[in-house]
Amino acid sequence: MSSSSAFNEEKGGSSSVGEPEYGHDPASGGIFSSDYKRHDDLKEMLDSNKDSLKLEAMKRIVAMIARGKNASDLFPAVVKNVACKNIEVKKLVYVYLVRYAEEQQDLALLSISTFQRGLKDPNQLIRASALRVLSSIRVTIIVPIMMLAIKEAASDMSPYVRKTAAHAIPKLYSLDPEQKDQLIEVIEKLLADKTTLVAGSVVMAFEEVCPERIDLIHKNYRKLCNLLIDVEEWGQVVIINMLTRYARTQFLNPNINESLLEEGGGADKTFYGSDEDEDEDEEEKEKKAEAAAMAKRKPYVMDPDHRLLLRNTKPLLQSRNAAVVMAVAQLYFHLAPKAEVGVIAKALVRLLRSHSEVQYVVLQNVATMTIKRRGMFEPYLKSFYIRSTDPTQIKILKLEVLTNLANETNISTILREFQTYIKSMDKDFVAATIQAIGRCATNIGEVRDTCLNGLVQLLSNRDELVVAESVVVIKKLLQMQPEKHSDIIKHMAKLTDNIQVPMARASILWLIGEYCEHVPKIAPDVLRKMAKSFTNEEDIVKLQILNLAAKLYLTNSKQTKLLTQYVLNLAKYDQNYDIRDRARFIRQLIVPTEKSGALSKYAKKLFLALKPAPVLESPFKDRDHFQLGSLSHLLNAKAGGYQELPDWPESAPDASVRNVEVPEWTKCSSREKRKEKKVEKPFYSDSEGESGPTESADSESDSASGSESGSEGSGSASESEESGGVSVSEEEEEEEEEEKKTKKRELKKAVQESESEQSSEEEDRKHERKMKQQKSDSESESDEEEESESESSQSESDDSESEAEVRKKKKAAESKPPSKPAKRETTKEKKEMSLLDLDDFEPAPSPQVTPVNNLFSNSLVTDLEGLSLSEAVLLPATITPSSVLKSYELLHRITGEGLSVEYCFSRQPFSPDANMVAVQMQFTNSSASDTKSLHMEDVKLQSGMRVKEFPEIESLPAGETATAVMGIDFCDSTQAANFQLCTHTRKFFVSIQPPVGELMRPVFLTENEFKKEQGQLMGMNEITEKLTLDAKCRNEHAIVQRVTTAANLSRVPCGSDKECRFAGRTVTSGSLVLVTVATREEGAAQLTINCEKMVIGTMLVKDILLALTQ
Amino acid sequence: MINSLFLISHSGDIFLEKHWKSVISRSVCDYFLEAKEKAGDPENVAPVLQTPHHYLISIYRGKLFFLSVTQTEVPPLFVIEFLHRVADTFQDYFGDCSEVVIKENTVTVYELLEEMLDNGFPLATESNVLKEMIRPPTILRSVVNTLTGGSNVGGTLPTGQLSNVPWRRAGVKYTNNEAYFDVIEEIDAILDKSGTTVFAEIQGVVEACVKLTGMPDLTLSFMNPRLLDDVSFHPCVRFKRWESERVLSFIPPDGNFRLMSYHVSSQNLVAIPVYVKQNISFLETGSCGRLDITIGPKQTMGKTVENLTVTIPMPKSVLSVNLTATQGTYTFDLTTKVVLWDVGKLNPQKLPNLRGSISIQTGSPKPEENPSINIGLQIQQLAISGLKVSRLDMYGEKYKPFKGVKYVTKAGKFQVRT
Repeated sequence: MSSSSAFNEEKGGSSSVGEPEYGHDPASGGIFSSDYKRHDDLKEMLDSNKDSLKLEAMKRIVAMIARGKNASDLFPAVVKNVACKNIEVKKLVYVYLVRYAEEQQDLALLSISTFQRGLKDPNQLIRASALRVLSSIRVTIIVPIMMLAIKEAASDMSPYVRKTAAHAIPKLYSLDPEQKDQLIEVIEKLLADKTTLVAGSVVMAFEEVCPERIDLIHKNYRKLCNLLIDVEEWGQVVIINMLTRYARTQFLNPNINESLLEEGGGADKTFYGSDEDEDEDEEEKEKKAEAAAMAKRKPYVMDPDHRLLLRNTKPLLQSRNAAVVMAVAQLYFHLAPKAEVGVIAKALVRLLRSHSEVQYVVLQNVATMTIKRRGMFEPYLKSFYIRSTDPTQIKILKLEVLTNLANETNISTILREFQTYIKSMDKDFVAATIQAIGRCATNIGEVRDTCLNGLVQLLSNRDELVVAESVVVIKKLLQMQPEKHSDIIKHMAKLTDNIQVPMARASILWLIGEYCEHVPKIAPDVLRKMAKSFTNEEDIVKLQILNLAAKLYLTNSKQTKLLTQYVLNLAKYDQNYDIRDRARFIRQLIVPTEKSGALSKYAKKLFLALKPAPVLESPFKDRDHFQLGSLSHLLNAKAGGYQELPDWPESAPDASVRNVEVPEWTKCSSREKRKEKKVEKPFYSDSEGESGPTESADSESDSASGSESGSEGSGSASESEESGGVSVSEEEEEEEEEEKKTKKRELKKAVQESESEQSSEEEDRKHERKMKQQKSDSESESDEEEESESESSQSESDDSESEAEVRKKKKAAESKPPSKPAKRETTKEKKEMSLLDLDDFEPAPSPQVTPVNNLFSNSLVTDLEGLSLSEAVLLPATITPSSVLKSYELLHRITGEGLSVEYCFSRQPFSPDANMVAVQMQFTNSSASDTKSLHMEDVKLQSGMRVKEFPEIESLPAGETATAVMGIDFCDSTQAANFQLCTHTRKFFVSIQPPVGELMRPVFLTENEFKKEQGQLMGMNEITEKLTLDAKCRNEHAIVQRVTTAANLSRVPCGSDKECRFAGRTVTSGSLVLVTVATREEGAAQLTINCEKMVIGTMLVKDILLALTQ
Repeated sequence: MINSLFLISHSGDIFLEKHWKSVISRSVCDYFLEAKEKAGDPENVAPVLQTPHHYLISIYRGKLFFLSVTQTEVPPLFVIEFLHRVADTFQDYFGDCSEVVIKENTVTVYELLEEMLDNGFPLATESNVLKEMIRPPTILRSVVNTLTGGSNVGGTLPTGQLSNVPWRRAGVKYTNNEAYFDVIEEIDAILDKSGTTVFAEIQGVVEACVKLTGMPDLTLSFMNPRLLDDVSFHPCVRFKRWESERVLSFIPPDGNFRLMSYHVSSQNLVAIPVYVKQNISFLETGSCGRLDITIGPKQTMGKTVENLTVTIPMPKSVLSVNLTATQGTYTFDLTTKVVLWDVGKLNPQKLPNLRGSISIQTGSPKPEENPSINIGLQIQQLAISGLKVSRLDMYGEKYKPFKGVKYVTKAGKFQVRT
């Protein structure tokens, strides 16, 4: 720019005039205050070539806008500068444009091309701000341009631009609602975005444009839950509110059983007693509650996605942002099982120390919550005590909460507290306190008399307002039991001489009239006095005088006949038509004339009918039908755009809709599956019930794998040392084989099947179990090391006894012939389901649920699937990479004469028996002829070991492959299992020897648990080795991958990135195996293994060392 | 969500307006001003008001009302929290959040508001991000800018917007690397007439001032983290680490920030540092009363109580007071009827005492109630809950920072009923 020369020529004069002003901030002086001629100045400055002049002018103009002054006549001068190079000028021009474009649409169009250019700028900030301004210009003509820009920005590389696109959607929608369909497409696209930056904004757009399209959320539900913690605070609020609504439509009411139970917060109370480790307690409680519920009622199983939401929102209660805390609180209030809602109380009480506006909103919500769930806030009673410095509106809300919290146990403290409040200087507050006392008195029978006495004492208070309020409350209380309190009524009658507050006078008169029979002497006298002052009374008092007169006339006409006539005559000429009407009505009704109708006979009944005592209710009752934390809840009226919180569905909608990338064919099958699920509810209950605790991220994830096998497995662990044990297990196998014959063609043995088979042998098993228990007892004496183990097995077998009971019932249900075919169908579908899951979980499988297995019951699969996902979420860094399963050769093609067999350790829980290691075998027939009846024979095992043979493969055509799964209990040793593999023609001797890493299964431990367990496995049980990491294996990811490939362990979350921890249990005995890899500088590292079984420990050290150093 | 924002002075003057959607006439504020008239005390204005077409959500900060207008359902706390964040940002930028300061910096305020909300939805509220986009005004910079034509507005997207640590910008450099932490505890208590504790609890905050180069990763651990009953964190704190190990692990924002706030459960016995012997009485006749207050140390853990103040809001009928203080000075505000006694340091040998007479408007009845006494105090080098920082470690950077921890105990809402 040749700015200097131009400047000198043209603007020299004006600028020198303007110069001295520049030093000031434009807003401070009153330069621009109202002098419109100055605008010429501004125009000149805007036209100049000097950026500083332009900037100055823009600053002044913006200051005008800020003050609400009209600056629209400058539009042409300003809009010229839209392409100014100076970024601050440009921004201020944008501010101006957005403000006035709506008024000057034609001129605004001049700027559009600049923005269109800006949309293609390489700088993401410029792209974003161009879109921001373009979409903020409310000019209908440019709608198509905006639409195009939004669509383009929605697929921009920069997440910041995509975020801006999300912001632009509601703008366009409000400008032109007809674009809705197209906008929904954009929203759908942005919802799939995986960056946290976009998530909050797009959900906001969703809420404004199409909150009813809940179906768009399905596929993104889990992602949103997982991203939530990293989204910025404001986005969190919007997402949580939306997910609350979503969850209400998609999941079942977790408290469906609670409602049948007794009310009252008894259970809750004990619950909050403990302050530390509350989380653990809670989970235990939850488990107990769940177990109890399971035993008694129809089982409710929480959808894992529902659990996911609850779990992922909980940490946000610690947010510094009050809105986030409130959002989580309302989510828990509306969605969580009753036992878990308690966690929000502490956080909400914390918010009470924030700004008074925050307190105001929080207290409103707490007031609503306390009505429904009183127990939750009881421990925090004192936090609601009122300080004289609180603003009145806060005081009144706190009072409301205190009143709601009052019960038999704490009422005396509360009343004492109320007594100090009555002395307050704040009269509104005193009145509210008196009301509160009245409510406590009605709600809690024990203190009614105390309260009443206290209130009567207040009648002699100096302050008339206090007295008046007391009278009103006393009136309500007396109505409950008038006969006892005629002296109070007399006392109040005396007050009519002094009290001037109309409401109080009216109340007294009504009381006397209503209970005139209790005070027969006083009542006529009161009427006399009132008749005297009738003309000077307020309207409500006059009406009550009429009432009193009528009632007295009916009961005591002798004394009051004339008085009544007098009052009625006075009323006849009253100014107020209500009073005239009332007088006419009463006269016709009570004074008998020849014309009086049938009604007058019933006059007494009409006037002196028994009236129900008023119920003193909290104004916050039933407010919880509004979503808590919403504006509508606060106002107790539906605000514009409020989305109703839906009721829980009767039965759960299809959960599979949330699975990501579902191939089409599964959709129908999953629907069928759902039907089946309903039919067989009692049937699944057990396994699902067991998965409950696992779901809550407990360490006992193993129990889910084999619901039935826990019972015998525990025994067999101890058996292994005993010689007698073998025969028992063999017996078992025989039994099983018999079973097999009866159900020959069932290839896929589902859990429930083996269950049924076992339950049929219930009697025998009980016997067995007793024996085992004895055994384990004897063991515990002999060997100290084994003690803990045997103990656990004992307890487990105890559990299983009760399980057996349940199973018996199930068996009854199962054995019904019609259910059988259905079952077979489900098993088939199960296979499909699990295959599907495989697809789903490829990206982030958790160690427990490596996909391949088709032996799962599908409920289990879905449960675990939720689990695995959510774990991945909780510990984003701990995702175990799905290691490629190493396969070993069992039979070479040449020795096997065309038949080759490979096996691998599938790392699946072997569902028929949890103590066995699942071995997946792949048979390949590369010979020219078919191989028939492939099966195994002559199993030679070391003592204690057991094998569950794979089902016979009838025929394997040439060139085909088949897979089968067998289970081997290696008894926590690496001894080989030898057996013969037989075909219809030949027998091959083969043996399977497990690497030590396969003798364990992963368990999920938290860091704390890990440390605790590690602390108990010191000394002999700890093996430490120093090593130098392989050059390719210096990062965390590689270490995790290598360790998990070497051994079937799961990653333990760890705060430090210098350490990787893994945990597992040996398959047979369930001894813990803890592995720690601590990395140092330069690839140095230290490997620590803690394991009860020293042999396993040493072998594992070798294997992992090898894995990490090569 | 938020349509418009109006800033209204204590006296009811609307001195700034900003609209994010269509312009809403400032006449909408009349509803608010009416409510304000009615409420009298600005603290008593309901934060949420309903008008025929709009909802008004307001906060009161620094003698200013921040009034936002919205037309549709929005969580009220969302708006309230945001408005407070706006006020915090002003405070941060201009050192104060008052009418004068905002009027002085109208343009910067306007630019800030423009960045903070887009179409009524918060866009950038993190002060670190904002400061990169709009630099806080300093005298030097405004001089330089006038001379060079430079601007206060950044031209590139702040690094914080895209990083996963939005609270910290990249490339921070200091010659002196230092990290200071202040553990500030406040005692909230209600004592009754006889001096017994009705209710007491401790609330604390850890304020940090971190000036460290690069991307340091800090770990702050406590000797006794079990004390903490309820905590809330700055978003930088890794919640998982706290859950599992009870240490604060975080990449700190640059400069001053509140790292965490906590609450020490009321079940733990809260030490009350001072006792108050008081006798305030109004005579039945003669329209006067007597006042006698003595303060003494109770559980101070051997530290000196400083900055001791006593505030007594007197009943409205009190005309004047005639008191003598053995230590410090007292004032009586005639309009608010508040006695403020500034005691200073509490000397255990010679207990401070304030006594004298109160005169009441003639003819008005004896006040029903006794005023409550509010105590303010400060104890240096003591966290009354006993919380102690055990160590601060830094990872990720090579240099050795200078570290410091300070403890202060203050009286929060410390009230003695009489």
